[in-house]
Amino acid sequence: MNFMSVTRGLGLAFVLAAGLTANPSQAQTLRIGLAEDPDVLDPTLARTFVGRIVFAGLCDKLFDLDEKLNLVPQLATAYEWGGDNKSLLIKIREGVTFHDGEKLDAAAVKFNLERHKTMAGSNRRTELTQITSIDVVDSYTVKLNLSAPFAPLLAVLTDRSGMMVSPKAAQELGDRFGTRPVCSGPFKFVERIAQDRIVLERHAGYWNSKEIHFDRLIYLPIVDATVRLANLKSGQLDFIERMAASDVPGLRGDNRFKLAKIVEIGYQGITINVGKSDLAKGNPLGRDAKVREAFELAIDRQGVVQVVMEGEGQPGNQWVSPENSYYAKGSPMVKRDVNKAKQLLREAGVTNPSFTLMTPTTSDAQKVAQVVQAMAKEAGFDVKIQSTEFATSLGLADKGQFEAYVLAWSGRPDPDGNLQQFYTCNAPNNYSGFCTKEMDDLIQDSRTKLDPKERLAAYEKIAAIAAREKPIVYLYHRNWLWAHTTKLSGLRTVPDGMVRVQGLKFN
Amino acid sequence: MFSYLVQRLGTIIPTLFFVSILIFSLQQLLPGDAALILAGEDRDPNVVAYLRAKFHLDEPLPVRYLYWIGGVLQGDLGDSLRIQQPVLDLILQKLPVTVQLASMAMVIALVIGISAGIVSAVLKDSVWDYAANVVALWGLSTPNFWLGIMLILLFSVSLGWLPASGYVSPFEDLKASLASMIMPAFVLGNAIAAVLMRHTRSAMLQVLNADYVRTARAKGLVERIVVLKHALRNALIPIITLGALEFGTLLSGAVLTEQVFTIPGFGKLIVDAVFNRDYAVVQGVVLVTATTYITLNLLADLAYFLVNPRLRG
Repeated sequence: MNFMSVTRGLGLAFVLAAGLTANPSQAQTLRIGLAEDPDVLDPTLARTFVGRIVFAGLCDKLFDLDEKLNLVPQLATAYEWGGDNKSLLIKIREGVTFHDGEKLDAAAVKFNLERHKTMAGSNRRTELTQITSIDVVDSYTVKLNLSAPFAPLLAVLTDRSGMMVSPKAAQELGDRFGTRPVCSGPFKFVERIAQDRIVLERHAGYWNSKEIHFDRLIYLPIVDATVRLANLKSGQLDFIERMAASDVPGLRGDNRFKLAKIVEIGYQGITINVGKSDLAKGNPLGRDAKVREAFELAIDRQGVVQVVMEGEGQPGNQWVSPENSYYAKGSPMVKRDVNKAKQLLREAGVTNPSFTLMTPTTSDAQKVAQVVQAMAKEAGFDVKIQSTEFATSLGLADKGQFEAYVLAWSGRPDPDGNLQQFYTCNAPNNYSGFCTKEMDDLIQDSRTKLDPKERLAAYEKIAAIAAREKPIVYLYHRNWLWAHTTKLSGLRTVPDGMVRVQGLKFN
Repeated sequence: MFSYLVQRLGTIIPTLFFVSILIFSLQQLLPGDAALILAGEDRDPNVVAYLRAKFHLDEPLPVRYLYWIGGVLQGDLGDSLRIQQPVLDLILQKLPVTVQLASMAMVIALVIGISAGIVSAVLKDSVWDYAANVVALWGLSTPNFWLGIMLILLFSVSLGWLPASGYVSPFEDLKASLASMIMPAFVLGNAIAAVLMRHTRSAMLQVLNADYVRTARAKGLVERIVVLKHALRNALIPIITLGALEFGTLLSGAVLTEQVFTIPGFGKLIVDAVFNRDYAVVQGVVLVTATTYITLNLLADLAYFLVNPRLRG
C-alpha cells in the first residue's frame, strides 16, 4: 500500500457513500428545519417559542390569527362578550375529533382550560388568571366567567392557552402527556428523538382536512443557520425558519428557493436597571431619565438594524412595531442627535457617563452591544460590554446585578403580552425594576378596554410615560426570515412567526 | 488472579463514589438559576417555585446529592428537566449514535494514519514523506467545524451527493446511515489520523533501524515482509495505545462535529443540557461516560495482567 492508494481508497469511500445516498423524493412529506430543539410538547407546560411552531402542526386552538393579526375562528366558531364584559360565550366547532378519536365538545374545552389553570407547573395559569369559572352551557357552548373585563383574553386563546388536548389522554398520561401528545390538529404525534426529529402524520379525522396536503410532517432541529440553509439547498429540507440575515443575499439569486419575511411581534432592546437593585442608583444611566434620553439620542436605530440584521428588521421605539394598530403615534421615534445628547448630559451634570452593558453570547446580541457601544461613545458614553452566557445573564438580571442588558422578547399577539409583565411592579419580567402606581393603574385600565380605540388611547398614555422614563430602550423588530423550496406554495406569513401547515402544498 | 480482580474492583467503588460527588458538585458551580431558565420566557413565579420544589433545587446540596445518588443506585438517572424524558432513555437513544460515529471515525483514522505513517517512514525524505507530513499538519491544524461546513458545501450543496446533516440508524436504512455519517466521521477521523500518522512514522523509523530488522533484511526477506511483518507489528504497540485513548475521547462525544452535522449524540446532548441547566442530563451523561472510562481501564489492566506473566508474580 502506498500513499496514493490510501488517497484513492478514501476518494472511493466518498464516492461509494455518495452512491449509497438515500435521498428519496418523498412528495407527501414536508420537512421543516427548526432553529432549536423544542421543549416539552404539552401546551400547558410548554414554554419555548420553537415549541409553538411544532404545536402549529399538532394542536389546533380555539382561535387563530391572520396575516394582519386579526382574530379568526379555528376550534371556536363564534364568541360574544356578555355581562358587563365579565363573561365570554364561545361556540365550539362541531365534528372535531382528537387524534385518539375522542370528540371535542364543551366539556373537553372546560377540562382543558381548567387543566391550564390548575395543573402543577402550568405556564398558562397567569394568562388565564381572570377566568374565575367555566360553565358548560350546552354540548358545544362554554361560558368563561371573568373577575374583570380582560381584553387580551381572545389573543391569549390564539396561543397555547387556546390549545385543546384530549381529556382522556391527558388523564391517562398525567404530567407525561408531553411525551405522547394527543391534540386535534392536522397532524398527530408519531415519535420524537430529542435533538434529532419530531415526526407527525396526518390526522385522518381532521375537521379541515381539505387544507392538508401532506401525509407526514417532520420537524428537524438544526441549530447552526448555515447548516440549516445547506440542508435546504441540498434538498434535505423543504422549509427553514429563522435563517440568518447574512444568508439572504446568497439566496436571492437562486430561483430554486423563495424567501418569505415579516416583521416580528416581539422586539430587541436594552433594559436599563432603574430600580431593580442598588446598582440603579450607582450609575447616572439608572439614576437619571435625562441621561437615558441622551443615550437613546446617541443611537441610530436604522444603523443598528443595518449592521446587526443587514437591514432585515424595522427600527422601533415601543413594545409593538410602528406598523401595529396599537402603536402609540403620540410618542414617535426620535432621530439620532449626538449634539443634543451631549447637551442633555451637560444639563444632567454628567461628563462621560460609564456603565456596563451585559449581553448574552448570541451573535446578534453581541453585535447590538458593539454597535451601541460605538454609537454611544460619540456622545460621550463609556459603555463596557460584559458578554455573559444566556442562563447566567438571566440569573444576574433577576437579581438586579446589571446596569444595562441587551434583551429580546419573542412577542405576543396582543400588545398587553409585550407590556404588562415588563412595566408593572414586581412582574416576573420587569428586570428594569420600574415601578409606579400610575403605570400600574394605566396598564390595568388598558386591559379592560374591549374597544380598540379606547385601548389605543390608554396605550398613548402608557407610551408617553415609557418614553419619558425609558426603563427599556427599544431598538428594532426583526424580520422573521423563512426560506423554502419554490415547489412549496400556500405559505401564510403571520407576524407571530408560527408556520401554519393548513394550505401548504407542493406544486 | 481472583484476589487481583477483587482488589481492582475494591478500588473502583470508591473511585465511582468520588466521581459522582465531583460530577454533582461541579454541576452546581454553574452560575444561573435552573428554575428560572426552565420557566421559559414568562418566568411565572408559581412555575419557578414549582420547578424548584419538583427538582429539589431549593434543598441543601448534600440532600440533593442523596436524592440523585439514591435514584442512580436504583437505575433511575432522573428526568430531563427540559423535555421531561427519562435521562436513561436519552442516553440509550444517543449511545448507539455516538458509538457508530466514533467507530467509523476510528476506522478512517487508522486507515489513513497508519498507511501514511508507514509510507512516510519507509520513503523517508522523499516527496511522499513531505506530502504525508503536509497532510498531517493540515489535519492537525484544520478546525473541525470549518472542515465540516466546507464538506457540507461541497458534497451536499454543490455536488448533492450526501445529506448535509442528520442521522439515520443503520438498522433502519444502512445505506442512508453510512451516507449521513461519512462526512462527520471523516472530519473526526481526519484530525486523529494526523496524530496517528506522526506517531506511526516515528515508531516505524525507530524500529526500521533496529538490529532485528537489519537481520531480517540480511536474511534476504523482501522489503514488503520486512516492513509489514517485522517492523510494523512492533511499531504498532504505542499506536494501539494512542488509538484506544482517542477512541475513548470520541465516545464521550464530539461536540463541534455533532453540532455542525446535527448528529444527535452524546456531545450535542451534553452541550444543550449545560446551556439549558438541565442538571439531570448533564449528571447522567457524565456519570455514564466516567463509568465507561473506568470500566475500560479495568479491562485494560486485566488484559495486561493476563498477557504479562511478570505481573502475576
